[in-house]
Amino acid sequence: MEQQSSALEELQRDDSSRKRFLKMVGGAGAAGALAIFVAACGDDDEDEGASSGERKSTAAGGHTSDAEIVNYALTLEYLEADFYQQVIDSGEITDRKIVEAAKKIGENEQEHVDALEATARQLGAKVATKPTTKFDDVLAGGQDKILDTAATVENLGAAAYLGQAGNIRDPKILAAALSIHSVEARHAAALNTLVGKTIVPDGAFAKPASMDEVLKAVKPFIAS
Amino acid sequence: MSDTKLAAPELAAVEVKGMSREAFLMRGAIAAGSVYGLATVGPFVRQAIAQEGGGDVEIVNFALTLEYLEAAFYTEALKQVSGMGGEVKELATTLRDNEDEHVDALTATVKKLGGKPAAKPGVDFGNAFASESSFLKTSQTFEDLGVSAYNGAAPEIESKEVLGAAGGIVQVEARHAAAIRLARGEDITAGAFDKALSMKQVLAAAKPFIRS
Repeated sequence: MEQQSSALEELQRDDSSRKRFLKMVGGAGAAGALAIFVAACGDDDEDEGASSGERKSTAAGGHTSDAEIVNYALTLEYLEADFYQQVIDSGEITDRKIVEAAKKIGENEQEHVDALEATARQLGAKVATKPTTKFDDVLAGGQDKILDTAATVENLGAAAYLGQAGNIRDPKILAAALSIHSVEARHAAALNTLVGKTIVPDGAFAKPASMDEVLKAVKPFIAS
Repeated sequence: MSDTKLAAPELAAVEVKGMSREAFLMRGAIAAGSVYGLATVGPFVRQAIAQEGGGDVEIVNFALTLEYLEAAFYTEALKQVSGMGGEVKELATTLRDNEDEHVDALTATVKKLGGKPAAKPGVDFGNAFASESSFLKTSQTFEDLGVSAYNGAAPEIESKEVLGAAGGIVQVEARHAAAIRLARGEDITAGAFDKALSMKQVLAAAKPFIRS
């Protein structure tokens, strides 16, 4: 799944490269979903600044705002909800029980989308644009590839939420994020079991993932 | 790190660090050892959790008490449940190992915060070990409760480091919960959003299993 182009590698290292990458991926004009959540990755390190006017810069000091975190989470949920919908529509999964499980998980993700959209609006933020996804390769790989990808994405989602917990300022938004985080973890554990992996890949203490890591991991699934 | 002292009654009206009044009151009352929630579980647990220094120490000791409960549950289950299937046994073993590590980590955290770690509580799991089925049912109760406990307590944690630790643990409890539910043929989730419970609610639910 992971294909590291040199552009991606550069992205991890260098802020000005990140901006160039954004122009490449986001295209000219309005900030796409990817651009918005990459914009949010100004957290602990450099001062992000706008990428040639395509998107707003992060708050002074580079700290990610709650709105940016919500939009980041929303982008991931859009991806997941869309993934399960495509999986069900494809008919690639033949086991009825697994189809049922995928439906339920997809419904959860859609509820997450709805909640996060509402939260972004409540915060007075522009709601992240739904990304155009690219799951063709995954679907073409059949049931095994699909379930494997589902497991990967759910584990990544859980790690993504965990990675942001400490950055969220509003306790109500933190509470909401945690209520979703643990559900993603449930999904992850169930899917891991389905694909023959351990329910606790990190052992007794789950590891957080940074926005950069998550961005890199989901990039293959985003067309625009 | 938190060094919040006992709340004097007149401070109850103040909002501390954006925390709700209710939350602050709860903490103050817990620290004073007089809160109705803790009274229901008996002197041992109340003493274990309620301490001078309040705040994060109380929360971590609360979590530690639950982890002790879970660790003891799986340890006993592995000894007492007869006819445990291979996969369930493997699952129970993983869960026991994880909970043991949680106990160790939270004990260390309380010490690091300058508090006194809650001691291991006396436990009574009733008929939970009568069969694999009753074991799994009780396990689901514990794991779901653990998730709700951490989700409820986490927003009140002051230290970012402690919050990170709690987050890493609650994710694992949620994974446990899903695995147990899967083993029981149940839905892996109870809705799209996991419930948060207050310390009072959690301790009330845990009370039947604690002998203090």
